[in-house]
Amino acid sequence: MKKQEKKPVKELEDFGKSLVDDIEKGRNPTIEFNLRSLSNIIFDEKTRTLGLGSKQQQRTFFNVGHAKKFLQTLEVAKISKSLLDVQKHASLRDVFYMAKRTIPSSSINIVDEQAESDNAIEDLELITGCSREQLNVNANKMGSVAGNVVVEDSGDTINWAKLGSGGWSIPSNVEDIDFKSIKAKYIIYMEKQAVWERLHEDKFWEKQNCIIVTSQGQTTRGIRRLLQRLNEGDKLPIYVLADFDPWGFYIYSVLKFGSINLAHMSGAMTLQNAKFLGVTADDVANYDLKKHFIRFKDVDFARLKQIADYDWFKKNKAWQRQFKMMKEFGAKLEIQALSSKGITFISEKYLPDKIKRQEFLD
Amino acid sequence: MAKQELETKETPIAYELAKRQKEISVAEFFTKNRHLLGFDNKRKALLMAVKEAVDNSLDACEEARVLPEISIEIIEMSEFKYKIIIEDNGPGIVKKQIPNIFAKLLYGSKFHTLKQARGQQGIGISAAVLYSQLTTGKPAKITSRVSKKEPAFYYELNIDTQSNKPVIAKEETVEWAKEHGTKVELDLEAEYLKGSQSVDEYLKQTAVINPHVTIVYTNPKSEQVIYARATDKLPYESKEIKPHPYGIELGMLMDKLRWTESRTLQSFLTSEFSRVGPGTAKEICEHAALLPSTKPSQVSRDAAEKLLQGIQKTKIIAPPTDCLSPIGEELLEKGLRKEIKAEFYCATSRPPSVYRGNPFIIEAGIAYGGDIPKEEKANILRFANRVPLLYQEGACAMTRGIIETNWKPYGLQQSGDSTPIGPVVIVVHMASVWVPFTSESKEAIAHYAEIIKDIKLALQECGRLLGTYVRKKGRISQQIERANMFEKYLPEVADSLSALTKEKKEKILQGLQKMLVKPEIKKEIIEEDADDRLYKMEFKKKENEEAREEAG
Repeated sequence: MKKQEKKPVKELEDFGKSLVDDIEKGRNPTIEFNLRSLSNIIFDEKTRTLGLGSKQQQRTFFNVGHAKKFLQTLEVAKISKSLLDVQKHASLRDVFYMAKRTIPSSSINIVDEQAESDNAIEDLELITGCSREQLNVNANKMGSVAGNVVVEDSGDTINWAKLGSGGWSIPSNVEDIDFKSIKAKYIIYMEKQAVWERLHEDKFWEKQNCIIVTSQGQTTRGIRRLLQRLNEGDKLPIYVLADFDPWGFYIYSVLKFGSINLAHMSGAMTLQNAKFLGVTADDVANYDLKKHFIRFKDVDFARLKQIADYDWFKKNKAWQRQFKMMKEFGAKLEIQALSSKGITFISEKYLPDKIKRQEFLD
Repeated sequence: MAKQELETKETPIAYELAKRQKEISVAEFFTKNRHLLGFDNKRKALLMAVKEAVDNSLDACEEARVLPEISIEIIEMSEFKYKIIIEDNGPGIVKKQIPNIFAKLLYGSKFHTLKQARGQQGIGISAAVLYSQLTTGKPAKITSRVSKKEPAFYYELNIDTQSNKPVIAKEETVEWAKEHGTKVELDLEAEYLKGSQSVDEYLKQTAVINPHVTIVYTNPKSEQVIYARATDKLPYESKEIKPHPYGIELGMLMDKLRWTESRTLQSFLTSEFSRVGPGTAKEICEHAALLPSTKPSQVSRDAAEKLLQGIQKTKIIAPPTDCLSPIGEELLEKGLRKEIKAEFYCATSRPPSVYRGNPFIIEAGIAYGGDIPKEEKANILRFANRVPLLYQEGACAMTRGIIETNWKPYGLQQSGDSTPIGPVVIVVHMASVWVPFTSESKEAIAHYAEIIKDIKLALQECGRLLGTYVRKKGRISQQIERANMFEKYLPEVADSLSALTKEKKEKILQGLQKMLVKPEIKKEIIEEDADDRLYKMEFKKKENEEAREEAG
């Protein structure tokens, strides 16, 4: 643990020193790091992951457009340093509140919204080459997991099969967890907490000998790291269960190929063998779900088009077929619509059948 | 029933009624209808009396090509009783005309001519004298001298309201220090108040629109204000013109036909109207199906109507415009600078235009910022032939033009069709040989489409200049804000860097502060665009001009 913390402290110090050096030499203080925007995102066909290109971005202090962001970057660097100095961790939300203050004798806040401090930390990851967790900043979102797995965390041994109705709460930093035994044969990751609870109540993981994982909405970093570590060497197939809508598709996309925001850490995050189990356009027809459609709004159409145009989906005929059908429906569907067939339909029929028939999108 | 009664009565009732029917004298008429002349209340009466006297003085001075110096004194005699004394350095009035000019209504030189002047009808000053007489019973006291070779004459005058004739109460020669000029003294029932429709405001606005005039004003509280002239240039002498055929109406045409000395219709047309030569006259006759050799006195009503139609069908060039005497952009702006404390001034003078055959020129000016209240409605100053219009703002074509103009692009607030809001004074001036007032009290200009159109064009010209100024001002304050922003950021940056590196905060801060004044850093902070540079050049140019003027 000590060894891990040394690098971030040094990186932060070096970062500060380079700026002090600029000031001493009368140069406009400048931070340079990889450009983190869609224009610099490259989809590597070989590794099939998103990565950052070589485009650099400069952030100078004496520049009307940069000054505020420059200030924010330094502010979170200071906060991270202070956390590392006392060996404490803070959540993204904590960092936001630590940075959210008004500059004396002005009406300017250093940050107004959490998105700003979150962004500054992601920039800091690029600048220092240290992950957010290494900088002692954790996500605040949590997820749940259950299955035939035994782990050791901070000296405690935990059996994921014996944690009652709530399952195990996934910590935001999973780097220090050791896996003692993994008996499950595959992993199902689901977008909805409610679906996870359904499967857990039905003892689906026990019957199928799998691991069920969820996080509320967009997959958090901690969960993505957990999935990757469980999956080391692609030992366990991973199935994704999400709503039938552009955002559901995107959850899959992020898990498999990486996200634009965190393209700089794709290597540690992506799950090459993730497969999309449902809900698919074919399920709509097969299970007669059209009556549960929710009409598309303009934003839905726009998002669908964006996703269909991503490099990693462009040449994928199976996916393009899904996009086309969704567009034709002009409608979306929640996973819970399957409950209309019976409360245990999803755990007793839908999932076992689909997995048995290997009905998924890759 | 009524019919029966009429028939059965021995003498028709009309004879009975006829006993009560008699001529009404003009003076009597105005006694009863004083509001038509603007003397509706005590406060307005004071303004009107001062205004009529000052207007006359200014007209007289300009005609005589004398730089006007006018003193106005208002003295409170008792409650609601005031004495006003107006003295000018004009050409004076010859002895025998003094009683007629001051004590006979509808007597004057201006009614019969088409010429740009302040007075038009010849009612003004005599109406003030009549009002004075009606409310105090005291005569008007007039002193006038035409040259140092002649003595000054002093008159005390009343108006015989029955006959509309002057009654001379006293007549004598007096000692007067002035070589030439006129002094008018009137006692009247009045009320002195300050505010937007006061004598004070009228004189201030007069000074704005007549930058060549010096006014010395003493109000009833014995406070003296001197409005010094800003230029020695007298306005161009306005010329008298004949009416343009397009502006004539049937009744007027018939009158002219009856009284003309011309023997033929053709010579009548060429001699009585402007822009009509023999060729045009023939063409008019042709269009009217009348012989050019017709005797004017023999033109019947029907034929006159045909003649009018003939005029409308004939293409006649616009009336001459050299008869007008605009203030000019430069002097209008000077007038504004002189009396209104603002940061930005501009003025524009439109080319001459014509309504109903009458030439006119619209001028507009704007003063912005400075001491002008920020969140109030724009202060509108309306002028006709250099006379301020203080009443009936809502009924005036100038107000119409202002509210129909979209001021938002020029940096003012405006909701729908209404007066814009912001720190601005808007001036509109109309110069014409005949200003179409909506009433005899000359308070508002009638809504002629041609006039409103020109007012809007003039305002737009000024508005564009205002807009560029307001935008520039906004940009500058933004840039100052930006520079301040960096100053506020510096300690924060220094603090963070000090925490990261353990360097001393003060040392880092000093380093940053040193950079703040570096030119290449300044350039980063203050973005200067091409637009800005253009402004700087323009402002520089203007400053240089002003400096030169002051030096010269």
